[in-house]
Amino acid sequence: MIPWFAALAAVLILIGLYVSFFVAPTDATQGEVYRIIFIHVPAAWMSMLCFVLMAAYSALGLALNARLSYMMAAALAPTGALFTFICLWTGSFWGRPTWGTWWEWDARMTSELILLFLYIGYLALRGAIDDPRRADRASALLALVGVINVPIIYFSVKWWNTLHQGASVSITRAPSMAATMLLGMMIMALAFWMYTIAVVLARVRCEILERDAAARERFTGAQA
Amino acid sequence: MSWGSAAEFFAMGGRGWYVWSSFGVTALILVGEMLALRARRRALIRTLREGASQSAIERIESNES
Repeated sequence: MIPWFAALAAVLILIGLYVSFFVAPTDATQGEVYRIIFIHVPAAWMSMLCFVLMAAYSALGLALNARLSYMMAAALAPTGALFTFICLWTGSFWGRPTWGTWWEWDARMTSELILLFLYIGYLALRGAIDDPRRADRASALLALVGVINVPIIYFSVKWWNTLHQGASVSITRAPSMAATMLLGMMIMALAFWMYTIAVVLARVRCEILERDAAARERFTGAQA
Repeated sequence: MSWGSAAEFFAMGGRGWYVWSSFGVTALILVGEMLALRARRRALIRTLREGASQSAIERIESNES
C-alpha cells in the first residue's frame, strides 16, 4: 500500500508544481513571490492535521490500551514536526520580502512555533523514557494537552489582530483568490497528504518490527 | 502563466532567492526524511536477519550439546 501512496504523492507534487509555476497567474500586489503559498499553506495545514491525528491516536491508545494506536501517534510526530518547520521556514522567506521582516512575535507565528516545540517535546519525552509502555502513556498525555494549541493557531488571526493575514480559504465563504491559485494549493495539499500517509505507514512498520525485536531480545535475555 | 525565458523563470520577478529557498529547503527536507526512513528500514532488516541467524546458531548449538 505504501508504494501506491508514494507514487500518488509524486504524481500530485509534479502536477501541483506545474500548476504553481505555469498555470497560476502573477499576483497583482505581491508579484511572483506569492508562489511560496503553494507550499506554505499546505505545510501549515499538515502541521496542524498531524498533531490532531496524533492526539486522536493517543486518546484511542489511552482509552483502549492499544499499542498500535500509540505507535501510529509516534510515527506521525516526526513528519508533523518537519511540516511545522517547513511552514515556519517558508513563512520567514515570504515575510522578509513582503513584510520586511524574517520573524515577528505575531500570534499565529508564535503559536506555530509553540507547535514545533510541542512536537519536539513529544519526541524528546518518548526518547527519554526507556519503558515503551510508560513512554506511550506519558507522551499520549502530552499530545492530548498540546492539541489545545491547534485551534489557537487556527483562530489566532481572528482573535488577535497582528501581522499575519487572515484566512484566504475558509468553509464559510468563497475563497478570496484566483481559482487556479486555489487549485494549485489544493493539489499540493493533497500531495502532502499522500506523502504523509506513505511516510507514516513506512515508519510505523519500522516501529512495530523494532519493538518486537526489542521485546524478543528482552525475553531471550531473561531466559539466558 | 507564460515565462519569457528560463532566466526569467528562475528570477521569479526579482524574488528568486526567496522563492527557491522555500521550495529548495522543502524538497531537501522531504527527500531527507525518505532517505532517513529507508536507512532505518535497511538497518532494521539487517539486525533482524543477524538476530535470526544468531538464534538459529544457538538452537543448533544447544541441540549438539
